[in-house]
Amino acid sequence: MNSLIAGVILILCLSSYFFGRSEARKLVTQNIKLKALPAYYGYYLSLWCGLPALIIFGCWSLFEPTIIKVLILNNFPQIESKDLFYEQTLSFFNGNFSGEITNEIKAASIKYSSINIIAQNSKIVIIAAALIGSLTFAYRKIQNNNKARDDVEIILKVLLFTSSLVAILTTVGIIVSLLFESLKFFSTINIFEFIFGTSWSPQRAFVRDASAITPEELLELQDAFGSVPLFAGTAFIALIAMCVAVPIGLFSGIYLAEYASTKVRKYSKPIIEILAGIPTVVYGFFAALTVGPFFRTLGESLGLTVSSESALAAGLIMGVMIIPYISSLSDDVINSVPQSLREGSYAVGATKSETIKKVVIPAALPGIIGSILLAVSRAIGETMIVVMAAGLAANLTINPLESTTTITTQIVMILVGDQEFDSPKTQAAFALGLTLFIATLILNYIALRVVKKYREKYD
Amino acid sequence: MTKEQRLKKRYRAEKRFKMYGLISVSLAVIFVLILVQNIFSKGSSAFSRTMIEVAVNYDSSLLELEGPINQNSLKDADFYDLAVESLLKIYPAKDSKEERQILRLFSPDYEFEIKDFLIKNPNKIDQIVPVKITASDDIDQLNKGNFPRDLPEDRRRVSNYQLNIYDNLIEKEKIDKKFNNYLFTKGDSRDPELAGIGGSLMGSFFTIIICLILSFPIAIMASIYLEEFAPKNKITDFIEININNLAAVPSIVYGLLGLGILLSVMEFPRSTPLVAGITLSLMTLPRIIIPCRASLKAVPPSIREAALSVGASKFQTVFHHVVPLAMPGTLSGTIIGLAQALGETAPLILIGMVAFVVDIPSSPVDPSASLPVQVYLWSEQAERGFVEKTSATIMMLLGFLIVMNFIAVYLRQKFEKKWN
Repeated sequence: MNSLIAGVILILCLSSYFFGRSEARKLVTQNIKLKALPAYYGYYLSLWCGLPALIIFGCWSLFEPTIIKVLILNNFPQIESKDLFYEQTLSFFNGNFSGEITNEIKAASIKYSSINIIAQNSKIVIIAAALIGSLTFAYRKIQNNNKARDDVEIILKVLLFTSSLVAILTTVGIIVSLLFESLKFFSTINIFEFIFGTSWSPQRAFVRDASAITPEELLELQDAFGSVPLFAGTAFIALIAMCVAVPIGLFSGIYLAEYASTKVRKYSKPIIEILAGIPTVVYGFFAALTVGPFFRTLGESLGLTVSSESALAAGLIMGVMIIPYISSLSDDVINSVPQSLREGSYAVGATKSETIKKVVIPAALPGIIGSILLAVSRAIGETMIVVMAAGLAANLTINPLESTTTITTQIVMILVGDQEFDSPKTQAAFALGLTLFIATLILNYIALRVVKKYREKYD
Repeated sequence: MTKEQRLKKRYRAEKRFKMYGLISVSLAVIFVLILVQNIFSKGSSAFSRTMIEVAVNYDSSLLELEGPINQNSLKDADFYDLAVESLLKIYPAKDSKEERQILRLFSPDYEFEIKDFLIKNPNKIDQIVPVKITASDDIDQLNKGNFPRDLPEDRRRVSNYQLNIYDNLIEKEKIDKKFNNYLFTKGDSRDPELAGIGGSLMGSFFTIIICLILSFPIAIMASIYLEEFAPKNKITDFIEININNLAAVPSIVYGLLGLGILLSVMEFPRSTPLVAGITLSLMTLPRIIIPCRASLKAVPPSIREAALSVGASKFQTVFHHVVPLAMPGTLSGTIIGLAQALGETAPLILIGMVAFVVDIPSSPVDPSASLPVQVYLWSEQAERGFVEKTSATIMMLLGFLIVMNFIAVYLRQKFEKKWN
């Protein structure tokens, strides 16, 4: 049904283009001087035909299920589990319900079918009315020889503007969804316990419904959500990653920018950038199945106990993943340092490496720091490598051979599979997500500012 | 220290410094090679499948068929007894324990493979026909040489008795490898030898198509607006800041967005490519807008001025001249953005695409997996057979990414105008 309506609207749109164009050409034969090319009259009619109808159609389809649900459930105030009841009604209505059929379900299903018919019919009527109304309006305008091009361009400009608003909407969506659940979480769990608590064991939050928590349970829950071990683990793995990525990335960037011949640069730069294009799940697989066990056997042969989910393996592989982010950006930054600075340094007798160390790097430092900050934000937001290669148990340690866990790992562990909303455990994942979002936002913001300032300095 | 000594020291420092750079670049390159070599050496064996040839006696009396024998009646028939009887004849068994071990040489689907053969060749009924049946995971790995035979019996998954049968079958040349079409046609399975990426391929395909449909037009329109029409004001600045920040938000946050809004508020169906596509398109949008804007910016102002000077409107200038010239860059940016979306795992896990789905999805609203999620799921499995399957999936995924990136580079190099 819905696809039929959409199809009819689209066909009308298409035909009204040709209709509008031919109408405009008719005007020409009446010796009227058109104010735009005939095609614009076609576009004008077509836009007026399609847009109102499609907008009504879209909104209707979006809100119809919710409204019908509310209308039906209002008739059955005595039912306790409303969602379940409604699902049962729907599946009974569609004829694939297996279970006990109660009188309420039957009644609701009859109600549903009648409301559904009303909804269908009124939808068709309203859309048809919108089509006819907007088409006559636009047709009148065309007959009056309006400035079709200007009008079309205004509509298009509004469309363009709306699509650029999607970015703002996404940000709002992220903030709302994270904040909403987090606030619910912080209404049961003290926010300071969350930020400063040192024991993390969300599996203790067995309580399904946040409203049904007794005071004793609440007391016990309070210290199940101390996220310090997660922050520490995240920072620790990111630190290991940066220990790998910063020297290798920075030296690669310097070598590619200052020493490498065009031929070496042409081939090695894309190869290094492959590292950034490989999906992180592949790194995770490699870290978990090859690097982790390799470190464990290596440790065994040296007489060390190394966890097969050691922070070292996850951090090392994450560092490798980050190399290209640092090398490419610092390569760009070093290239944009003016040649005159280098020449000045050579002129007083400095060697190439002295020039790089004492002149180029200090000049490029803000850009390099920006690239490192971006890389840190990438490292703390990275998920798959740590989910597959780092540990699951929260473990406050600074031994890289032991296993630790991270914020992202815990979010995935909490939310994987089926989960009940309204349990503190699920909400905890959103609170962690909010923390992650804020941390990366701050890092990105500083990094972008630093890089921008730097660019302005030399451009 | 004399002047000469100091000079020598400085030159040594110079050489060392250059060496560090060279070592770093080589380390990065070597790592790429190790990774690729590791995946390929693990995954290449997944493209073949071990088959055991069994003489099957298609005895119609064992099928309990009612009425005439035709394709429909065969489809409904129960082949279990017939299959077991033929399979047990490959080697003498003392007791039911050994019989069970014989059956475990084959994949659990043997019954259906025997059935399918007869449905394809109905004239073979009441004949003894050699049929090739997929071997179980353990025999498959043994045959591919991934299985250490010299372990003590209680530490390996294949018993001595089964090893004897295997050696006997090898001697009689009944064991054979063939191209593993199951890898591409089947959905997920608990048995590695029957698991395939058909389902996740379709899942990824639907996801990327939805992502493309949603993100490409919006991204192009947004970048045209920002680059060509937007006035310099607070709203424009705010939109730009938003886009730049969104491009750097960790992907898992988009998963939380999908879970919190699409699944729980708007009640979209869980585990489906539809939700995955919408979530990924939100994530890809800023990553496409940035290169799109760069390529619009690269079109020189002289083009716009020329169009305006002959009387074109601002819109005609942009849509007739600027956008077509910027198209190669725009398209290649879109393809690279989609390639990133194709490899994305974390948001899909959060919106429930980790469900165990056997059926191959036929529409974007069927539950399904996607290629990277399949990698994650299989890498958690203990069986040895899943390791090669995972690596093969990664090879497919990397293959797609390489093709997409290659197209992007080609588009840019072939069609993009160089303005000087």
